[in-house]
Amino acid sequence: MSGIYIHIPFCRQRCHYCDFYSTTQIKRKPELILALLSELEQRKDWIGEETIRTIYFGGGTPSLLSIDEINQILDSIYLNYNVVENPEITFEANPDDLTEKQLRLLSETRINRLSIGIQSFFNDDLQLMNRRHDREQAINSVKMAQEFGFKNISVDLIFGLPNLSIERWNENLKIVESLNVQHLSAYHLTYEKGTVFEIKRKKGEITPIMEEASIMQFKTLIAWAKQNNFIQYEISNFGKESFFSQHNSNYWNQKKYLGIGPSAHSYNIDTRLWNPSNLSMYINGIMKKQAVYEKEILSESDKYNELLITALRTKRGLNLAQVEAQFGNRVKHHLLHNSQKFVESKKLYLKDNALVLSDEGVFVSDAIMAELMLVEEEID
Amino acid sequence: MENIRNFCIIAHIDHGKSTLADRLLQETNTVSERDRQEQVLDDMELERERGITIKSHAIQMDHERDGKKYVLNLIDTPGHVDFSYEVSRSIAACEGALLIIDATQGIQAQTISNLYLAIEHDLEIIPILNKMDLASAMPDEVKDQIVDLIGCDRDDIIEASGKTGMGVGLILEAIMDRVPAPKGDPKEPFQALIFDSVFNSFRGIIAYIKVMNGEVRKGDLVKFVNTGKEYNADEVGVLRLTQEARPVLRTGDVGYLISGIKTSKEVKVGDTITNVKNPCKTAIDGFEDVKPMVFAGIYPIDPEDYEDLRASIEKLQLNDASLTFEPESSAALGFGFRCGFLGLLHMEIVQERLDREFDMDVITTVPNVSFNVITKKGDLVEVHNPSGLPTETMIDYIEEPYIHAQIISRADYIGQIMKLCIDKRGELKTQVYLTGNRVEVTFNMPLSEIVFDFYDKLKSISKGYASFDYYRTDFKRATLCKLDILLNGESVDALSSLMHTSNAYEIGRKMCIKLKELIPRQQFDIAIQAAIGSKIIARETVKAVRKDVTAKCYGGDITRKRKLLEKQKKGKKRMRQVGNVEVPQKAFLAVLKLD
Repeated sequence: MSGIYIHIPFCRQRCHYCDFYSTTQIKRKPELILALLSELEQRKDWIGEETIRTIYFGGGTPSLLSIDEINQILDSIYLNYNVVENPEITFEANPDDLTEKQLRLLSETRINRLSIGIQSFFNDDLQLMNRRHDREQAINSVKMAQEFGFKNISVDLIFGLPNLSIERWNENLKIVESLNVQHLSAYHLTYEKGTVFEIKRKKGEITPIMEEASIMQFKTLIAWAKQNNFIQYEISNFGKESFFSQHNSNYWNQKKYLGIGPSAHSYNIDTRLWNPSNLSMYINGIMKKQAVYEKEILSESDKYNELLITALRTKRGLNLAQVEAQFGNRVKHHLLHNSQKFVESKKLYLKDNALVLSDEGVFVSDAIMAELMLVEEEID
Repeated sequence: MENIRNFCIIAHIDHGKSTLADRLLQETNTVSERDRQEQVLDDMELERERGITIKSHAIQMDHERDGKKYVLNLIDTPGHVDFSYEVSRSIAACEGALLIIDATQGIQAQTISNLYLAIEHDLEIIPILNKMDLASAMPDEVKDQIVDLIGCDRDDIIEASGKTGMGVGLILEAIMDRVPAPKGDPKEPFQALIFDSVFNSFRGIIAYIKVMNGEVRKGDLVKFVNTGKEYNADEVGVLRLTQEARPVLRTGDVGYLISGIKTSKEVKVGDTITNVKNPCKTAIDGFEDVKPMVFAGIYPIDPEDYEDLRASIEKLQLNDASLTFEPESSAALGFGFRCGFLGLLHMEIVQERLDREFDMDVITTVPNVSFNVITKKGDLVEVHNPSGLPTETMIDYIEEPYIHAQIISRADYIGQIMKLCIDKRGELKTQVYLTGNRVEVTFNMPLSEIVFDFYDKLKSISKGYASFDYYRTDFKRATLCKLDILLNGESVDALSSLMHTSNAYEIGRKMCIKLKELIPRQQFDIAIQAAIGSKIIARETVKAVRKDVTAKCYGGDITRKRKLLEKQKKGKKRMRQVGNVEVPQKAFLAVLKLD
């Protein structure tokens, strides 16, 4: 079972926190569509005989695609790949693109899951982030989508914004609660290189939130999720029972995936490929049927480190039996030995023969993962 | 012999010594155009880069005038305070000195102290005003300074420019006319002064010598007076651009002697060489067994490089007999070496040469001076390391080395400079107005006070204009204590230092603050404490990280997150573990620069 990711790199404007690859050259969309269709055909063999269980339109802004373009891409996938019955097909959309008309048309496609980039219900926060929608559009887009029959809707929120008060954060969560969606992705703002936020932070125009406030918001989120039957199945992802993102779960469960489009990543257990983060390089290369991607062959320690950093992010945790089966007894003992201090400090706990991050541990998960990783000489 | 002229050059860093020397070599056709490279004498990369001379060099030139052939030996001397003994030995090998002063800058402290050395040795001084081609030259003012200083005739000062070649002919004339021929008696037993030595991987240690009396022939059996060792003079010769063997070196000659010596310690600068069968009656005056005065631990960053580090230091020592080392170990840094240096610049040079010539990454610990501990039994124990201090009950008293410090600066800065020196326990000796607005002050100061950020402060106070020189004087009783730094209650040996009690509170407090900046937050609170004995005198806390904002792991780009965390882990691995605290390497160095 594998997934296909389609990257639509166009944005009308750049959000100030975002470092995913995007471009404002929307007029090149027709060229891109041709390249995407061509790449889908060229890379049929990547996944082998496996069936496709999830399809994900991400970006950028997939909601800039016309219904025809969406259908062309999906048709090509169905033609070239063995798609299971009832696949999960997710479409990322900005609230301002989800007009009544567009939602009606989307509801007639095979798309069955919407991921709506709301980020906040406060207009000044939205402006700070350079989002194009407002509170009303955000709320309406969800309500209308439900009216058109979408029963699997996810919304994105960002917390830890500069000056975000706990009251505001509570209010954001309250609105999500009232909208009766099935899934929430809630990310703490990170200041990524090259983003406007990072530049402003360096200049001192933005002061990152205090650590205490940041922890408080995260704790609030976790408590809120428990009250509202959202299961925190991954550090930043919360779903109602049986509404976890299957596509994203693939990433965390070492399942194969094919990434189509500029900057998209593909993975087949032993290798990871990524396309250039450059529209022209991507289109020109694909149209000439050249291999445009960069490639990384994963060593044993790479594989172990990836298992570690993905599995620990999930509710299931890092299964010791799996570590032993896949990497041997020594690696398992290394893990047990190094994780002991975190178990003692209650940042990790053992459950069903798996190491799982506690709530306290989640706060410092990067440090814990880094500590447990294998680098160079440790492997032998 | 009457046509030999042995001379050295006295100049401040950047006053154009090497460029002018290059001009002399060209003028006498010693260096062909083909071999010409900037600063022929400074052949060590580091010397060229810093524009300073670390080792002594010598080069022989021929010059003919009115049918008379002259042999001119230029002995280039090290130009830094740390090497004042070496300078004095080079000066002792000469009869004349070119005093080069930058016409745009005037006389500097270091020039003066070397000049005094030259005058003490009765050298004929030829004053030269260099960089006369520059618009900013102030010949009248600087000439006044020179006349004041050496009492020469104004007309004796040669105006020159190494850059344009101006005055070079006049300098050559002056060397031939004014520098006396070497004295000494060719009929006396062989007696030669060692003014430097170099290591050659094929020939062993090569001694640079000046024959004071008698002669030495290839194959002679010679004796080094101070070490008492005897060798065969396998080869003798003169120092041209390369070494040129000669059958004999005679009275007044400057040259080299090779005798297959393998350890640099056997060839001591200042030692006397004589003939075994027909020895000289006395050794040449002024020999000193120079002892290192500043000590610091040098540790490999990667503990596995310990043996490589040893081999590298051993090799360095071949060319640098004043460097000493012995193994030591530290709980925080593992195995390394306690190294002794002549001074701070010497320490810096050794560190840089280890890096450049041997590709060794090292951590250097807080340096300290050599203390004399007098025990209650009356024994004298030299202490080079804070951990080597005997227990308090055994100590009668401790002595620390003092220096005579000399600073020349513009008068505007002198108030602040005096304050700095007094803060550093200096005792004002003299204050002299040189010329115009230049002032010379001299102080008696403990050497240990210049080990901690003295140069940097002096530079910043004087906007870089003050020049500083010192020589060691004697040991004086001092109230010293051992300052320890504790991380979560555990003492970090590599951060301990011995210092005057009056400084301990201030430095302890500053060290804690500095370490707080340098030690990254970890998963628990870290208490940084400064202590004297069991008494805590300062404390800072590095608060625990309570939240790291987890980078997203999204869109399938797991590689990036993995690499990010791998990098984080590798960074941690390079840190030193003190108890449960991880300390970055730079913390061990940066405490030297407190403020």
